[in-house]
Amino acid sequence: MSNHLHEEKLKKLEELANKARQLLIEELVEAGSGHTAGPLGMADVFTAFYFHILNHDPKDPEWEERDRLILSNGHICPIRYVLMAMSGYFPVEELKTLRKFGSRLQGHPEREKLPGVETTSGPLGSGLGQACGVAYGARMDGKKFRTYCFMSDGEHNAGNTWESALFAGKNKLSNLTGLIDRNNIQIDGMTENIMPLEPLKEKYEAFGWHVLEINGHNFEEIVDAAEQAKSIYEKPTVIISHNIPGKGISEIEFDYLWHGKPPKPEEGKKFLEELRTLGGKIQSEHQ
Amino acid sequence: MINPEAKLVDNLFDKSKLAFIPTRDGYGLGLIEAGEKDERVVVLCADLTESTRSLGFAEKFPERFIELGVAEQNMATVAAGLANYGKIPFISSYAVFSPGRNNEQIRTTISLNNLPVKIGGMHAGISVGPDGATHQALEDIALMRVQPNMVVLVPCDAIEAQKVTLAAAFNNKPTYIRFGREKSAVFTTKDTPFEIGKAIILRDIKDARPSKAPEERRRVAIIGCGMLLYNALVAAEELSKEGIECTVINSHTVKPLDEPAIIEAAKKCGAVVSVEEHQIAGGLGSAIAECLVRNYPVPQEFIGVHDHFGESGNPDELIEAFGMGISSIKEAVKKAISRKTSG
Repeated sequence: MSNHLHEEKLKKLEELANKARQLLIEELVEAGSGHTAGPLGMADVFTAFYFHILNHDPKDPEWEERDRLILSNGHICPIRYVLMAMSGYFPVEELKTLRKFGSRLQGHPEREKLPGVETTSGPLGSGLGQACGVAYGARMDGKKFRTYCFMSDGEHNAGNTWESALFAGKNKLSNLTGLIDRNNIQIDGMTENIMPLEPLKEKYEAFGWHVLEINGHNFEEIVDAAEQAKSIYEKPTVIISHNIPGKGISEIEFDYLWHGKPPKPEEGKKFLEELRTLGGKIQSEHQ
Repeated sequence: MINPEAKLVDNLFDKSKLAFIPTRDGYGLGLIEAGEKDERVVVLCADLTESTRSLGFAEKFPERFIELGVAEQNMATVAAGLANYGKIPFISSYAVFSPGRNNEQIRTTISLNNLPVKIGGMHAGISVGPDGATHQALEDIALMRVQPNMVVLVPCDAIEAQKVTLAAAFNNKPTYIRFGREKSAVFTTKDTPFEIGKAIILRDIKDARPSKAPEERRRVAIIGCGMLLYNALVAAEELSKEGIECTVINSHTVKPLDEPAIIEAAKKCGAVVSVEEHQIAGGLGSAIAECLVRNYPVPQEFIGVHDHFGESGNPDELIEAFGMGISSIKEAVKKAISRKTSG
C-alpha cells in the first residue's frame, strides 16, 4: 500500500496542522509558561506523523506492535500533547492542564504519567540512545514496528547524541528513523553561532547513516521521506527537517527569543486571529 | 556469637582457610545464571568486558551482549531503551563512570522512567588501590540512593554478589549494585539467606538481657555493607575478648533500608557503628542515621572516608590509612560506648 498523499488527504493534513497550532496557542496561554517557537515549527511534522505516518492506536497506547515515537527534545512536548489529544489519546479539554499541578501533561513529558509519550525527556541528548535501545531490542525479537526519534538541532551540541549516532551506525539499525528539527535556533541564539553543526548531513553520513533533507512544512516531503526511510536497509536514516521556528505566526517566525516563552493572553488572541483568518490555508511550500 | 542462621563459612577467622575472590567475579557468575533463567536478560559494557566480568556472559550469549565502547552516557540511555522495549539490561562499567559520569542519564532515563535497568558499578571503594583517586569511587552509593525508584545493593563477598545479581535481575526496578576490584574474603556460603531489603544478622549479642544495665553499656551494633564486613566480624571477635559485645549486621540493601532491623539493633545495643568503603556523607551510615534519628536516636560512629579523595597504594594499606581497618573499627566501637549517657 502506498502511503503517498492524495490531494484530499493533503488538504486535510493542512487543516489539521492549522487546528493544532490554534490549540497549541490556547494551551500555552493557559499554561503561562513553556516553549512556543519549537512546537509551532514542528506542528506540520507532528500532524503528518500522528495522522498519516505512525502505525498506532490512540485507544491502546501500550499496543505491542505500535511504532515508537521517541521525543528527545522534550521541551516541545506541547505540540505532541496537542496531536495526541487530536488523534484521541485523551480529551482535547485536558490540554488546558498543561504544566499545572496534578496534570498528566507535565512541563516536560513523563512516561509514568501519560501513556503514549514513550519516554521521559527534557534533558537534551538522551533520546537517540533510548531510541537505539528500543530499535535494537525490537530487532533482536524480529519485531516489525519502526522506532522514530525526534531531536532538536541544538541537542547535537551534546556528546551523548553523537555517541548514540555512532552506535546506530555501527549496528546498522535500519528500523530506526531519526528526525532533526533543524530550525537553527537554540536558547542562546543561532545554532551556527553557538556551536556550528554544519555540515550536518555529511557528519551523519560519516557516522554511517542515510540522510534525507526535507522542508518540514511540506507534507508530501515529510511523508515521502518517512516512507523512503523504510526502504533503506543496512543503515539507520535521519531526516533533517528544515523548519521555520514559530511557523504560522509571522511575529514569532525565525525569532529565537520565542524559544522558551509562551504568548501572553493578548498576544494569544492576536495569534489565534492570524491562524483563523488563514482558515486552514497554511499551504505546503511546493504549491 | 556468630549467628548460626547466617550459615557463614567454617573457620571464619582462619584466613589461611578462606577463599579470597573479588565480588565482581560473583557478578559475572550471576549474569550467566540470570541469562540462563531468562532470555530477556542482556548485558551492555563500555569497553571493560573482562575487568567487569561481563566476558563470561558475552561468550555464552554473544547475541545478547552489546558493546558500547567508551560511552557510559550512551550505555545508560541505550539500556533505558532496551528496558523500555521489554528487555532486562545490565550495564557494566567502573562505578566512577557509571553511575558517576552518566548520573543524569540514569536519573532521567532510568529512575524517572522507572525502568528495570541494572547498573553494575565495579572497582568501587578505595581498595581499587594503585589506580589512584580518579578510579576509586567513593560517592556512588550517595549518588544512587537519592534517586527515587532506585534500589541500591552492596554485596559483601563473591558468593553474596552472585545472589544479589540474580535477585536484581528479577526485581523489576532500577537497581544499582556495587562491586569491588580486589580479592576479598569469602565468608558467606550458598546457604546464607539473601533477600533484597532484608538485613542479615551475622553476629549476635551472646546473652541479650536488656535489663542488665552495666552489661548493656558495653554493647554496640556494627552495621555495614560490602567487603569491610569481614573486618567488622574480626573486630567484633577481638572486642569480645575485651568484654565488649557487638552484633554485626549485613545491610547489603542500602535502599530500601531494612529499618526494622536497624531500629531493633539500636534498641538492643544503644549505640551504632556504621561501616562502609565510601564517603561517610551520603552512604549507608547516613541512611542509618536518617533512620535512627527519626525512630530511636543513639550515638553513632562512622567508619568510611572522611571527605577526602583516595590515592595510590596497596588496598590493605589504603584501608588502614583511611581509617577502615580492624583497629579503626574497634576504636569507633569504644568511642560509641563512651558516648552512651551513663545510666
